Amino acid sequence: MAVKENPYKKYLREDRLPHIFCPGCGNGIVMNAFFKGLEGSDVDFDNVSMVSGIGCSSRIPGYVKCDSLHTTHGRALSFATGLKVGNPNQDVVVFTGDGDAASIGGNHLIHAARRNIDLTVICINNNIYGMTGGQISPTSPKGSFGTTAPYGSRDVPFDLASLVTAAGASYVARWTTAHPMQLAKAITKGLENKGFSFIEAVSQCPTYYGRKNKLKTPVLGMDYLKANSVTKRRSEKMSEEELIGKIIVGEFANRPHKELCDNEEDLVNENYDGGLAIKSAFWEEF
Amino acid sequence: MNIIDSMLCKGCDICISVCPKDVYAKSKEVNSKDVYVPYPANQEACVKCGLCEISCPDQALYVDREVE
Repeated sequence: MAVKENPYKKYLREDRLPHIFCPGCGNGIVMNAFFKGLEGSDVDFDNVSMVSGIGCSSRIPGYVKCDSLHTTHGRALSFATGLKVGNPNQDVVVFTGDGDAASIGGNHLIHAARRNIDLTVICINNNIYGMTGGQISPTSPKGSFGTTAPYGSRDVPFDLASLVTAAGASYVARWTTAHPMQLAKAITKGLENKGFSFIEAVSQCPTYYGRKNKLKTPVLGMDYLKANSVTKRRSEKMSEEELIGKIIVGEFANRPHKELCDNEEDLVNENYDGGLAIKSAFWEEF
Repeated sequence: MNIIDSMLCKGCDICISVCPKDVYAKSKEVNSKDVYVPYPANQEACVKCGLCEISCPDQALYVDREVE
């Protein structure tokens, strides 16, 4: 008889449960969607290694039964690049938050996208710095409140999915925690895509973002995300005034092109006929 | 019978709101963390779509798919 437990619990380190996320945090939902996406893809779970930086969302790899690397703030993508180039056969997944990816690691993000390295980046965007006490992050919507913005944020937020699309990533999608099935499907596509895949998961933060912005319970936060999300196709017919405060969800880019590790391998083949004196991860006979 | 693990549940009520058939309801008993754990009050209405399973942030929910 099968064990009567949640189907996604078998991927987690059970001795560390329950995890430290606040009640109703979206990180757990994105984690479930990732496992569902993994089951649907042709990627082997034993071949996956997870990298994360600093933040609430970056605690996820610590709970998953796979190789994981918890790195410095914002530099998760640099560590992941090293991991991937060192052994191009493994599937590297980066879990990162909005402060980690857009603020301190913004430069790493756009350059990883430009070089199109074969990583799957899942950015959990909760619109605020949750771990340090609710400061305004680069993706906080205009007019939202935080501990550093008691009169409301005056700046225009980053549109992360469009930023990474413009930087040259080969697969970009954005979904929210209110669309877990679509998010799982996007993660499947991202894992199977050879090249830089960026999946932005807009999430609720009941503890800090919700408390300051009248979305105190997780249910209110999820209802807000559901009510204010507009699909990409529908948003193209809407004017800019109508789109203020809306979250555009859907697939932003799907244009596979040559990946960094393949480019490097070609470089070695073209110039040295494979007979390179230094040790290379691309050749088994060394 | 759908099961909610009272050791893992943190009482966020996402399962109650996300269920299209209104299967879950808040119980009057608390667990060790003083959380009112939901229970499947309307079990016959469940269509096993699994939306509550994937939306449970604490991996506490199990949907029974066995056919008798």
